[in-house]
Amino acid sequence: MAQDSIHAADRLVTRGISVRVRRAGAGAPLLFLHGIRGFPDWLPFFERLARHYSLLIPEHPCFGASDDPQWLRSVPDLAMYYLDLLDHAYAAPVHVVGHSLGGWIAAEAAVRNTQRFASLTLLAPAGIRIKGIPTADIFMLSPEETARHRFYDQNFAEASLQAAPAPASEAEVDIELQNKLAGVKFSWEPRAFDPDLEKWLHRITVPTHVVWGVEDKILPSAYARLWAERVAGAQLSLIEACGHVPLIEKPDLAAEKILAFLDRVRA
Amino acid sequence: MKFVCFHLMPYRPLDLEAAKDFRSAWVVLPNSFYDPKKGAAEYDSYLDQLVYAEKLGFDAIGVNEHHQTAYGSMPAPNLIASALIQRTKKIKIAILGRALPLVGNPVNIAEEFAMLDVLSKGRIITGFVRGIGAEYHSTGVNPAFSHERFHEAHDLIIKAWTTPGPFAFDGDHFRLRYVNLWPRPYQTPHPPVWIPSMGSRETIVWASAPERKYPFLVTFSPQTAVVRYLNMYRETAQAHGYTASGDQLGWAVPVYVADTDERARKEAKAGLESLFNNFLPMPWEMLLPPGYTSNASLKVTMKMRPSLGSRPRNQTIDELIANGTAVIGSPQTVREKIERMREQTGFEILVTLPQFGVMPDALALRNMELFASEVMPKLR
Repeated sequence: MAQDSIHAADRLVTRGISVRVRRAGAGAPLLFLHGIRGFPDWLPFFERLARHYSLLIPEHPCFGASDDPQWLRSVPDLAMYYLDLLDHAYAAPVHVVGHSLGGWIAAEAAVRNTQRFASLTLLAPAGIRIKGIPTADIFMLSPEETARHRFYDQNFAEASLQAAPAPASEAEVDIELQNKLAGVKFSWEPRAFDPDLEKWLHRITVPTHVVWGVEDKILPSAYARLWAERVAGAQLSLIEACGHVPLIEKPDLAAEKILAFLDRVRA
Repeated sequence: MKFVCFHLMPYRPLDLEAAKDFRSAWVVLPNSFYDPKKGAAEYDSYLDQLVYAEKLGFDAIGVNEHHQTAYGSMPAPNLIASALIQRTKKIKIAILGRALPLVGNPVNIAEEFAMLDVLSKGRIITGFVRGIGAEYHSTGVNPAFSHERFHEAHDLIIKAWTTPGPFAFDGDHFRLRYVNLWPRPYQTPHPPVWIPSMGSRETIVWASAPERKYPFLVTFSPQTAVVRYLNMYRETAQAHGYTASGDQLGWAVPVYVADTDERARKEAKAGLESLFNNFLPMPWEMLLPPGYTSNASLKVTMKMRPSLGSRPRNQTIDELIANGTAVIGSPQTVREKIERMREQTGFEILVTLPQFGVMPDALALRNMELFASEVMPKLR
């Protein structure tokens, strides 16, 4: 990673935009783009990836404690930002893994330019729409309904509800509000998709892997097939008994599938 | 003091018990609950009430815009205003207001208001609002851009009313090669603009700016909030370098008058409690989608109203009277409460809501009569 792009231990500056990042592991570079709920906790799933890869998890601009440039107003804007980041932060192509909103951003970036991509892994990505197959209206759901929609195994929903006390500090409240604002800004209308994305998905010519929980109640797994159809040669991995967040609900299996795909790409 | 007789036109035939199965009377309450034949009778009653207000001596009658809800039956309030113009002679007609960010082209709003102003020969008062949070769900407009769209739409409408056309408008949200209003507004430079609001510092700073001096109406809020926001307006005006007049300060409030406090309380109870417990409640996700208010304002709201996120608690008429959200009682009681608010704020625009919730016509009409004969004259 280029030293001049590192502003502080946990920040990364790209063309003046400073974002929080987590870094871990060593090996070939892997960039993880998070979903609409914001900067993820350090999860066993990431631990698995970091055993083999040099993992970078940025917090998207406009989210949490990252900078909030007012001119950055859409997922295509975020995609261009990440093309900048790939140019500035890395010397060679990078394996990109994106979950949900992060998958959408990664796909938007890839249809524009795949030069900096070694591969693309999409975990239940948002970004396209199949008429007649509605996605959940996440902006209408209560916190409890949200938890119940995210997971197939309701024990995970219970656990996430138990583990969600009132934010402890003013700073945590600010981060939560900022995450919600960013989520709305990027995906309220059209609701979590870009009408101009699907028609360009053939531009994605790097090895691509689409991973989906069969029981996803946020973005139905029926979407997985359209992604696999539109991206030539894409591999499709469906995970049984899993909801929208394989990285939490099936971390070992999801990581295994991702690592196996990356092994094949590198072979 | 100026008196506005305001109406929400709630859908009273609603099956209140069955409607409780849904998370709100907004957005998600199936419109199979709406019976157009009963709805037609509702319009008849409500139009009659507003028309009667002219005879009773109110200064203005008022309507407003809400979408996809049993709370109000006026998704297009200008249609009602148009009907009122035909049935009244002199009284001002206030549309409080149109939700500017929710439309694709605000010139349509400028045009309609101009038409109404010409049709009525200058009897129109306009209101500019952002719509409530639920309406960002029902229209699909992104609440993150609500403030930007409001300000840009405002600038476009005022310019369309005051600048000779055609001109081009180069906005971020609205981009028009030709803006050229036919008809132009009847009033010069344009119809009055009022700003109804639940209250926020940002709105007050903007509305009170010397180039606008828009009358600010605090709507359906506890007395402490009304006092705070109206005085915030006065102080902000001072900071802008002028003294706000009482004509810039308004209070919108459910009012009910009967010959005794006890009778007023008894008669208003079903209407008031249905307004606050059946027609108005909605969950946090609907009321305040992210972006609808600034994060700073949102934090204030979260602190002031910690119960908002959960299922709203039923409010009783006694609580609503005690905290001043509604003004209910004998003529003397009602007079005194309004006088007291005038002493505390200097406000001179009273927007009364004489029919609320399921209140039947007979009570609404008697309320209006008593208010007009026993309360209004002594406050003028």
